[in-house]
Amino acid sequence: MAGPGPSRGPADAAYAGLVRPLLLPTWVVIGILMVVPVALMAVYSFLTKEFRGGVEWDFTLAAYDQFFVTRGLFGDEPAQIEWTYITIFARSIWQAALATGLCLLIGFPTAWFIATRPARTRGVWLFLITIPYWVNLLIRTVSLKFLIRETGPLNESLMAIGLIDSPLPLVNTNLAVQLGLFYSYLPFMVLPIYAAVERYNFALSEAAADLYASRWATLREIVLPVVRPGIVAGMILVFVPSLGAFLAPDLLGGAKTFMIGSLIDEQFKGSQGNWPFGAAVSMILMSMVMVVLLAYARAQGRAGR
Amino acid sequence: MKGVRHYPGFLAMTLACLLVLYAPLAVVAVYSFNGSTSITQWGGFSLRWYGDVFTGPEAGRFGQAAWNSLTIALIASTTAAAIATAAALAMIRGGAFHGRQASFALINLPLMVPEIVIAVSTLIFFSTVGLTTGYLTILLAHITFCIPFAYLPIAARLEGIEGTYEQAARDLYATRAQAFRLILLPLMMPGVVSGWLLAFIISLDDFIITNFVKGAGMETLPTAIFGSVKQGIKPNIMAISTLMLGVSVLFVTAAYLVNRKGQKIP
Repeated sequence: MAGPGPSRGPADAAYAGLVRPLLLPTWVVIGILMVVPVALMAVYSFLTKEFRGGVEWDFTLAAYDQFFVTRGLFGDEPAQIEWTYITIFARSIWQAALATGLCLLIGFPTAWFIATRPARTRGVWLFLITIPYWVNLLIRTVSLKFLIRETGPLNESLMAIGLIDSPLPLVNTNLAVQLGLFYSYLPFMVLPIYAAVERYNFALSEAAADLYASRWATLREIVLPVVRPGIVAGMILVFVPSLGAFLAPDLLGGAKTFMIGSLIDEQFKGSQGNWPFGAAVSMILMSMVMVVLLAYARAQGRAGR
Repeated sequence: MKGVRHYPGFLAMTLACLLVLYAPLAVVAVYSFNGSTSITQWGGFSLRWYGDVFTGPEAGRFGQAAWNSLTIALIASTTAAAIATAAALAMIRGGAFHGRQASFALINLPLMVPEIVIAVSTLIFFSTVGLTTGYLTILLAHITFCIPFAYLPIAARLEGIEGTYEQAARDLYATRAQAFRLILLPLMMPGVVSGWLLAFIISLDDFIITNFVKGAGMETLPTAIFGSVKQGIKPNIMAISTLMLGVSVLFVTAAYLVNRKGQKIP
């Protein structure tokens, strides 16, 4: 999240007098349709739920209470920590972290390989990596499900060549969800690392090699520290959307792989829903994401100084 | 020279990466030409599922959904590109002004807030102000989250255009409006076009936010497909998917070519 960048002098301030009218549409649209709604969501998380879905304007902490505290089935036992939702959050963090790790494992070598191609072919490689990102996420997730399902082409071909005897039950497992997240956000990992490696000064590697460092020692001691900002950016770009993802867990997972996105989604469906609770869960998710982004912005600021 | 750039196995990883990215899409594309009604058995090459998409029992539903998706994407991306172009002029050519940092944060806000949170808050907003969910609410939500996607390429392009061109026009007695229309806008055009294309695809792609604010009976292509897939993956879904895949690839290729052609600024 780079800053707006410096403005560069009088020749570049030709529209200085028009700044207000030019920015007005942005302020109005994003202000009314995003800032106000998020503030309203914060208010809703303190309201009382209505039975037909919706809210009553009575302020209460019930939604947060429901998230963190249990008082037994009939509400008459001493208050204890409610683990159901904390477990769902922990699982989401774990799944998102594993997907991020998987993306890094495949994404780094890919980014490095592309960045070390001749300038002529680099664009084509990058283009190949970015195309899938522009294909509808739903279609990509459905395609993945089609490929890895029990009687799908993956299992069929693995059985045909005799690698496995019975189909691997991949769908509805944690692994399937991780694969789905990995598949959804892989380009987000490759692109920032690519940008960092492209700026990397290979003379550093040559100096290390001259001093008898092995290839892998060079990678570990020289390359990784230098391109770290790209790696961190990639990890955030994968981790943050994975945390609140809905499609991959919903289509590829089952009841045991329930994640934050599905938990929120459920609260707004029909009369079974609980809007204040859904708003509270969204607030908790957004706070977590904001903490990650602010920590990143601060680290960036320190590195830039 | 070349030695330090080479790491054994990295080519294999890259190919694995591409395999993972393309295998599911390729498999679905191949199976969309399957002549059999079963999705597991191969019944020879056939276009029957493409015919089914346009004339089959679900053709009306998907046709309406596709129309909604396309018109929403068209209006949302055009509006977002216009708003983003104005914003980019202020941010890049507005010099230093009070609230620049805040404006920058605001433009990028839709990228920072998790999608599902945008969905929830937008639904709560529409419900509070009493706007019935439907076509209009989808459109408003799409315009909002398309703005940063349109902004990024437009601002990047504008940053690369030196102020001297407009300065020369102004020195030759062009009004500011003329300098914009005849000089700056044509130079900005590749950025505006790729911003518009990006916003268009992002709008077409959206499922989560649309699913929250669409209301009953209103469908876009992704929500209609999602509804069908819940009952199992049928061959006509694979044909629709392959068609949408084709449209996306076409658009991205166009954006790529426009950008490359526009790379050189005179």
